[in-house]
Amino acid sequence: MVHTSLDVVDEKISAMGKALVDQRELYLGLLYPTEDYKVYGYVTNSKVKFVMVVDSSNTALRDNEIRSMFRKLHNSYTDVMCNPFYNPGDRIQSRAFDSMVTSMMVQVC
Amino acid sequence: MADAALFEFLHTEMVAELWAHDSDPSPGGQKMSLSVLEGMGFRVGQALGERLPREMLAFREELDVLKFLCKDLWVAVFQKQMDSLRTNHQGTYVLQDNSFPLLVRMASGQQYLEEAPKFLAFTCGLLRGALSTLGIKSLVTASVAALPACKFQVVIQKS
Repeated sequence: MVHTSLDVVDEKISAMGKALVDQRELYLGLLYPTEDYKVYGYVTNSKVKFVMVVDSSNTALRDNEIRSMFRKLHNSYTDVMCNPFYNPGDRIQSRAFDSMVTSMMVQVC
Repeated sequence: MADAALFEFLHTEMVAELWAHDSDPSPGGQKMSLSVLEGMGFRVGQALGERLPREMLAFREELDVLKFLCKDLWVAVFQKQMDSLRTNHQGTYVLQDNSFPLLVRMASGQQYLEEAPKFLAFTCGLLRGALSTLGIKSLVTASVAALPACKFQVVIQKS
């Protein structure tokens, strides 16, 4: 399911380039809703894509909350990149990053 | 404001340190030191390429990325913008800085021309690293005709 949503992300990115749309936002919005889950996407200037899968029963999640979660994710990812012990492309093993993500998920549930 | 001075001193020491340890004066040894410096710049560039464009809108095309390098990256690292950007529209860009901060304290003219390349290696790596995070593979070289003006040539590698 995450793979299908990645296809949708790619579609949106290529559409953005061709359509000369003014809205060149990093936040891609709701990718597509399925029965049980909602998938949200966000792409950075360095072409790193964040995909968030949310349980549909959690209808209290507003758009700004998702946006702020993505912003926090982006900030933590940037911190991971700046860590000299991290080689870009490796699996992220930073405990700070993990704890930030876990605390975000706990906040939502 | 002290950041700029700190970076300059650190950079000067880096170059001095890498040159001192390298007792092998042959061209092979020198190239090693230059590539170590370039590699350091590359990693720093990668991190900067992730951190700087944060709230900016997505780059529409290659030229936007180069403009970002000349304006935002240069201002963040050297507190000034690049003086000129030229392109042949076929993947080669020449970035010119008429008073490059890392060379400004050295000389003003032809003196120390042979020493200049070592002080540019880190910055070449910086540019290459930032470009690579933003999705562009490139080769960056620098040339100096008269200190403190220098040119960085960026050639985009089409895969």
